[in-house]
Amino acid sequence: MRENLAKAFALANTQLIRRAQLPKSYTDLAGRKLFLFLLTLQGLVAFALITLGVMLRKSRTARNVIRPRIRQEIARAGVALLPMFIFVALALGFLVIGQTVSTLAKFGATDYLGTTMVIVVVRELGPLLAAMLVLARVGTAHVIELGTARALGEVEALEALGIDPVHYLIVPRVIGMAVGVFSLTVYLIIGALVSGYLFAFLQDVPLTPGDYFKQIAGALSWLDFALLALKTVAFGFFIAIVTCYHGLARPLRLEDVSRVAVRAVSQGVIVCVLIDALFILLYLVT
Amino acid sequence: MSEPEKTAVIEMCGVSVGAMRDIGFTVLEDVNWSVAPGDFWAVAGQQHSGKSDFLMLSAGLMAPVQGDCKLFGTETRRFDETKLTERLRVGFVFEGGQLFNQLTIRENVALPLQYHCDLPSAGTGHEVAALLELLELTPLAEVTPANVSDNWLQRAALARALMLKPEVLLLDNPLAGLGTRHRQWWLRFLDQLWHGHAWCGGRPMTLIATTDDLRPWRNADRKFALLYDKKFFPLGAWNEVESANDPVVKELLAAPVELTS
Repeated sequence: MRENLAKAFALANTQLIRRAQLPKSYTDLAGRKLFLFLLTLQGLVAFALITLGVMLRKSRTARNVIRPRIRQEIARAGVALLPMFIFVALALGFLVIGQTVSTLAKFGATDYLGTTMVIVVVRELGPLLAAMLVLARVGTAHVIELGTARALGEVEALEALGIDPVHYLIVPRVIGMAVGVFSLTVYLIIGALVSGYLFAFLQDVPLTPGDYFKQIAGALSWLDFALLALKTVAFGFFIAIVTCYHGLARPLRLEDVSRVAVRAVSQGVIVCVLIDALFILLYLVT
Repeated sequence: MSEPEKTAVIEMCGVSVGAMRDIGFTVLEDVNWSVAPGDFWAVAGQQHSGKSDFLMLSAGLMAPVQGDCKLFGTETRRFDETKLTERLRVGFVFEGGQLFNQLTIRENVALPLQYHCDLPSAGTGHEVAALLELLELTPLAEVTPANVSDNWLQRAALARALMLKPEVLLLDNPLAGLGTRHRQWWLRFLDQLWHGHAWCGGRPMTLIATTDDLRPWRNADRKFALLYDKKFFPLGAWNEVESANDPVVKELLAAPVELTS
């Protein structure tokens, strides 16, 4: 318990470096930034591994307590965001996909429609947009909640009760966010593709729904489904890890919480982009 | 008396205590202390004397910076999950309660039982209701901590700590900020726990409380200690506390202190 947190959080003690005097040269500054980046990365990886370990080791511990918390987190990172995602899917369909469809039709390039939609919506825009929205709506809340809980001594209270804070506070959030990002991405993609066609239909594009969806289905392969699932779960897992890590990283004062929240969201965006880049490489290799 | 009963509940040897919020800062040095089963200790200290950190270390929630600290004969430096049984023999009441704000008072009190016995919410109902009734918390059961006064928050924290019927209870400044009626209730109830309350099957409990005011703890049978200037001073029984000439002890007894120019 205490050891779990201590191991990961000992690595998070970057305050000495942050509070040090301003470097005198640009190379010193770059060195300091690089050192901070590596320390944070080390802490994040350690925290991710510890969380995975606790998830596996304690999968049968206190299920009556943890399962309702997981359901609660899935509702928060998934179901509760559905109205917003329907709105975003409609907007994405009308503003981006509809215009793409009508432009391709104008130049008689409707044969490329399926491939374009799969690359733009299914592989890239859908998962990344879903991840960013979940990060903004739920990830920020995680940092603030956990940071406040840390500042108010709730983590110490859990330890005093013999409850592992990683198991009680982190595991439900990680599972909830991974499931949430995956489900919301699927809804976002379906919603955007359907509303995109509706927009094209309103512009009298000569394309039947059958042709439109046949082309998209033809451009999809089993790998797209597999990598989409992997990518969205990875987005959810790492967003939760980054936000929870910063919320719990070290004893916080209440005034630190907002600053830590900003840092966590920026790092969350960077992590998502890095994961996305990794999956682009995977697509290129396969 | 059998051998296990003789084992000290807490034993510190040359212990240095770090601050919980800043582990690089040492709040107490060279603490040597032993707590026997059935003891009732009142550890006094002024503000920022390291009372909370000292108590957290005693509960095995922190490792000592230096020295050896044993809880039921087990070194707290290695107090990991394999020692969960030992951990659950100790109850801890934080100053201010430190209840979980998203949960109601009933859920807060039920949490340790639900977690460690893997029970659904309904499965703890009877036992939790009995404890809430005992601590006069039943009317506040469905209220969240934000809507409860400090007097009752502290009592809810006591209920949570007692849920698993611990053998040792550590209380961090439990009387701080309480009204007179609540203060009297606490002292009476802690005495009952010390002598053996029905809730814990009549088994006498070992109690350690920190305080910034020694007066309410006046009792010939209790043991007293002082935290001052990064040192731990065992004071002995109440008569020795009263006869002490130390200005800090006098201050903690609210006795007139002669000012030197």
